[in-house]
Amino acid sequence: MDGERATADRTATTRRRAVLAGGGVLLAGAVSGFPAIVRAQADVVRLGHLTPRTGFLGALGDYAVLGLEMAKEEINAAGGVLGRRLEILSEDSINPDTAATKATRMLERDGVAFLVGEISSASALAISQVAARAKRLFVAVGPRSDVLRGKNCNRYMFCTDIPNTVMVNAVGRALLRDGMVKGKKFFTVTSDYVFGHDLLRAAKAFFAANGALHVGDELVATDVTDFSPYLLKVRQSRPDIVCLNLAGNQVTNFVKQYAEFGLPYPTVGFNLNTADAWAAGPGNLSGTWPTVWYHTLDTPGSRAFVAAFTEKHGKPPENHAWITYVVIKMLARAMEEIKSTDSEQLVAYFEKGPTFDILKKRPAHFRAWDHQLIQEAYPFSVKPADKMKDKWDLMELGPAVPAENEPLEVIYPTAEQNSCVL
Amino acid sequence: MELVFLLEQVVNGLVLGGYYLLVALGLALVFSVGGVVNLAHGAFYAIGAYLAHAIAERAGFLGGVLLSPVLVALLGMLFERTLLRRFYEADPIRGLLVTFGLAMIVEQLLRIVFGAAPIPVAMPAALKGSVLLGDFLFSRYRLAMLAVVVLVLAAIWFLLHRTAFGRVVRAGIDRPDMVAALGIRLAPYRLAVVALGVGLAGLAGALFAPIAVVHPAMGEEILTTAFVVVVIGGLGSLWGVILAALLVGVTRGVTIHFVPAAGEASMYLLMFLVLLLRPRGLLGERIGRFE
Repeated sequence: MDGERATADRTATTRRRAVLAGGGVLLAGAVSGFPAIVRAQADVVRLGHLTPRTGFLGALGDYAVLGLEMAKEEINAAGGVLGRRLEILSEDSINPDTAATKATRMLERDGVAFLVGEISSASALAISQVAARAKRLFVAVGPRSDVLRGKNCNRYMFCTDIPNTVMVNAVGRALLRDGMVKGKKFFTVTSDYVFGHDLLRAAKAFFAANGALHVGDELVATDVTDFSPYLLKVRQSRPDIVCLNLAGNQVTNFVKQYAEFGLPYPTVGFNLNTADAWAAGPGNLSGTWPTVWYHTLDTPGSRAFVAAFTEKHGKPPENHAWITYVVIKMLARAMEEIKSTDSEQLVAYFEKGPTFDILKKRPAHFRAWDHQLIQEAYPFSVKPADKMKDKWDLMELGPAVPAENEPLEVIYPTAEQNSCVL
Repeated sequence: MELVFLLEQVVNGLVLGGYYLLVALGLALVFSVGGVVNLAHGAFYAIGAYLAHAIAERAGFLGGVLLSPVLVALLGMLFERTLLRRFYEADPIRGLLVTFGLAMIVEQLLRIVFGAAPIPVAMPAALKGSVLLGDFLFSRYRLAMLAVVVLVLAAIWFLLHRTAFGRVVRAGIDRPDMVAALGIRLAPYRLAVVALGVGLAGLAGALFAPIAVVHPAMGEEILTTAFVVVVIGGLGSLWGVILAALLVGVTRGVTIHFVPAAGEASMYLLMFLVLLLRPRGLLGERIGRFE
């Protein structure tokens, strides 16, 4: 009997260990990666690209890679860069720690000239520190936190997407026009990481400057899939407007569940990527949102890009596909003009403020003091279902912000608002 | 008012717990069969959501919810026949590794077939919106979902406790050697229980598709929660899993009421506390093979 008891105890220990090991495997899965082994070659120009392919921003990263591939193919078809073939090593950045590790490896071992990519502000911050230490260029393509252009800016980082302040201004101008700001009670729901906090700060500044009341805020972890407790809290505070400072899958989850509960308060959002809106589906999304680019933008450049992309992939490009595409083109042109892949020379080149065609009405340029790409933004609102041409035609693009007679910089943070010492 | 708000979170937590239960119960059932912690359980949940979407486009929402779990259960049978049964008596770590690998393969397959971008799944218009019962706000859809969960639970309880099938299954979990000595082959029973457990994951995926993001990695998100629920409830106990699922739902709601930023951490804290005070879990039974 005693022997049996001992066996049973041993089995219990094994089982418990199995359960714990199960937890360990789950955790390990989140940090694993597959390093690519490549040798540096003299006949290629090699760049390192990191972007989230998994997790709550993974769907956006997938579009970024499609844009990247398309730019690369076009560049190589036209003879490459500096007479050499352009090669881009692209990997899943996963999280800030892994992003920093991979960035280091790409620079030190894989022989990339410099780094480009990202959507997550947190991972971009980690990569920018690695790049600055190595004195190598890092073009942060998709992240939007103001702090990357302000407090955490550095000489080797350039940011191309619109910063949070611009998104708030783009939507804010539309809200002011509709009389939806002054004296109204705003309830915010905010993504709990550097990006969300940053966006909340920009939103609060906007509320304070325009006489809106900020009646409550909820911080939401990035991996939340059920928003029902937050929706109850929104209802409990009975606001005039619900305002979203969320990111990636959070936006989609919130929008779907907001429609599910059918709460009566209008929503506005200070951050939206088109893929999140598409994922929510027609009939769920409502309100006014900001965007950096949309595939219905009516310029010859955008029309041609959208046509070529749709032809290839059977779906229109998302804003991260567009921005990655134009940034790679921009980098190729820069390397051609300075006849080098050297980071110091590229920094100097971009700081001189040459203008780039980014398939929008007005050309864009980098601002020398904070390395921000200065470009137009747009508010957009949800199209009525009967006016949609297809399932991608979800949004009605508003007029570009700022208006044509205004300087582009008016919607961007000033040096006083967002000081940056390079 | 404050108390009403808190109660509202408690009630909502119970409803949410019902959904956690659906996933966790399947995980517990599969574990009970051969002691394998099925890390591919979330993958079947994701397949359930994608199949529901694919079927709903042709046969409507109800068709998707009814048919998708059946198809997933069939996949579960294939899974049991080809993989799972080889690991019943093996070192538990091997079962973990093989099911974890399967989860990764399924996630990548979903990515290849349906794309990485999440897909929208429509909700029937009749279930949209919410109802007020007293001071409490309920989403119609979640109430319907809760009704399904209660029905499923009742059916499983009946199956396990009131039928000849259930008697063999329970005896088989407890003492497989005795069942064998009585001349009963356990294999078909194990196959049926795994199909049931995996089918429940498919049902949960189909039900949650209209209100959550449907994307290839969705299984990973829910697996951790299901795992925590099973550990808190105690292995081998139906009531333990039910209690734990409701407790996790309520704890999350109450935490979000007071400390919103800690909402997702609350279930891990709860698990920590429970394991500290009661390593077997709340109602973990002393079944010879597992203890």
